[in-house]
Amino acid sequence: MAKTIIEKIWDQHIVYEEEGKPDLLYIDLHLIHEVTSPQAFEGLRLAGRKVRRPDLCFATMDHNVPTKNLPIIQDPIAKKQISTLERNCEEFAIQLAHMEHPDQGIVHIIGPELGLTQPGKTIVCGDSHTSTHGAFGAIAFGIGTSEVEHVLSTQTLWQSKPKTMEIRISGQLGYGVAAKDVILAIIAKFGIDVGTGHIVEYTGEAIRNMTMEERMTICNMSIEAGAKAGLISPDETTIDYLRGRRYAPEGPAFEKAAQQWLDLATDEGATYDKVLEIEACEIEPFVTWGTNPSMGTGISKHIPRAEDYASESDKEALKKALAYMGLKEGAPIASIEIQHVFIGSCTNARLSDLRSAAKIVAGQKVHPTVTAIVVPGSRTVKQQAEAEGLDQIFIEAGFEWRESGCSMCLAMNDDVVPAGERCASTSNRNFEGRQGAGSRTHLMSPAMAAAAAIAGKFVDVRTLQPAHA
Amino acid sequence: MKPINIVESIIVPLNRKNVDTDQIISKEFLKRIERTGFGNYLFYHWRHHPDGTRNEDFVLNQPQYENAKVLVAHENFGCGSSREHAPWAIMDYGFQVVIAPSFADIFHNNCFKNGILPIRLTVKEVEELLAKGERAPYQIHINLAEQTVAGEDGVSYSFDIDPYYKQMLLNGWDEISLTFQYEEHIQNYEKQHA
Ligand code: SF4
Repeated sequence: MAKTIIEKIWDQHIVYEEEGKPDLLYIDLHLIHEVTSPQAFEGLRLAGRKVRRPDLCFATMDHNVPTKNLPIIQDPIAKKQISTLERNCEEFAIQLAHMEHPDQGIVHIIGPELGLTQPGKTIVCGDSHTSTHGAFGAIAFGIGTSEVEHVLSTQTLWQSKPKTMEIRISGQLGYGVAAKDVILAIIAKFGIDVGTGHIVEYTGEAIRNMTMEERMTICNMSIEAGAKAGLISPDETTIDYLRGRRYAPEGPAFEKAAQQWLDLATDEGATYDKVLEIEACEIEPFVTWGTNPSMGTGISKHIPRAEDYASESDKEALKKALAYMGLKEGAPIASIEIQHVFIGSCTNARLSDLRSAAKIVAGQKVHPTVTAIVVPGSRTVKQQAEAEGLDQIFIEAGFEWRESGCSMCLAMNDDVVPAGERCASTSNRNFEGRQGAGSRTHLMSPAMAAAAAIAGKFVDVRTLQPAHA
Repeated sequence: MKPINIVESIIVPLNRKNVDTDQIISKEFLKRIERTGFGNYLFYHWRHHPDGTRNEDFVLNQPQYENAKVLVAHENFGCGSSREHAPWAIMDYGFQVVIAPSFADIFHNNCFKNGILPIRLTVKEVEELLAKGERAPYQIHINLAEQTVAGEDGVSYSFDIDPYYKQMLLNGWDEISLTFQYEEHIQNYEKQHA
């Protein structure tokens, strides 16, 4: 019977199944960071349990780490969380990319970079953006701390089989439209809970044409559509990316694995529980105006008005969001002025993201009323960007060039947007207070954020670059 | 984990859709390495004004809703971050049950691991509860074994729940100990996939 990639990977990982119970699923890779793991390790210790497969775990520090003046952490509680992870990894023999290790970075950036993330794997992490790894054709999803503890001690999880969904992006993307615009457009069109209970496969010509880094941006924000996970069937682009990565198989073993990976792709004629479709040509550069990722629209458009919504609760939600954001119904998106720019996060802090922002910034100056920072997603990204001179482009324009980490994506360290101020951010969540109490977040692509840094307000990147023939 | 079956309490009506885990427990409180002590910080930025004073208008701060064990909210409750600090905060505050038309997946899972009962009712039923709860403190009686929610005015609803998770909550089972009973299956799997 024709199967989707979702069913193939799922079925390959069932350790035990029984009517009336979820499936017991084997986990191939467990990524760990400092914020969601301490209570899990403590649970193990209290129960006298061991980590079953330390060799299938990999830990890093990202959420709390400072992005300047390393390695000093001022906040004593954050410091304790960091040292707790160090101690736990040592005690349980888990490989750790600590704060100053060359492999350190945001957990969802380093997994792919090191070749730990591979097609066909089941991948979990105590972090909702674990969906990023689905770009390789893996089932990758975020879990809570109790589940972290469960995976540490058993290398398995009880999971009810999710439903399957296809989101097809047909046709080709227009000039100046980025992967970020595509996923924001999908969430705006279908809603922030459209994916609840589903694993989404992204398909279509626009996806096939994307690089791995662009695919990661798409899958990263699957959770923002409520999906358990999002993935993309592997193809030659996937194989090319993985060849030569440190933890990928080598030589003939790689060629054999590559064939198996390609075989995972969804079979012709396989069916999904739900199919959604969006035309690539209807997507333009996107900006969010509200307090959840579905509250967004094209740069050429206006903020909605209450009368655009049918239900009372949606009208109410619009009012609440605009009151928080300090914005007016019907205002043009391109009129909104900003004070901060953050280029970073697991959504958009890979080398290609920094390149696309640098292209806009080169030879320009950050607007005098704007504070702008670039936080590379990993130490490797940082070093590669510096090798290309991207750091100099940003610094000369007036950006700050930082060390890698989650930084202003959730503002757990010192990188905070002050109350009432507005930030153009390449991250993934615009929830109230996400970038600091009272902060106002607008999500967009790296190129759009870079353009906003220069103009001091939102501008259409397509008007800045000459169109290619 | 503490078993849960019968819960009798007034409800706290939180008439919002898409309540995300960043609102339930804000990131500045995630640095603790314990599972307890998060209750004080539940909905911190809704319970407080930016200057740190109490927001008396927020439902949780209103005296008539004190000591409630049941939170009722609108669709897609618990979306966003996977932080289990969210259910920890809810539980630490004293809630044992959350009722909503729908829950985000990770939050929903996290509830079961902590002995919190998440109940899905229809949008219409939840809106009825919210309206009654907003008018005056409204007492309900929840029976997990029977899968029912009964109001003080005689209105009663039934709900669905996955039988596996129902047993886990009723018995207060520790899932890891249960899984250890499948050790042989895990070993076999590992042998086949070595
Ligand atoms: S960059 Fe942001 S979304 Fe990504 S893992 Fe870090 S905090 Fe989470």
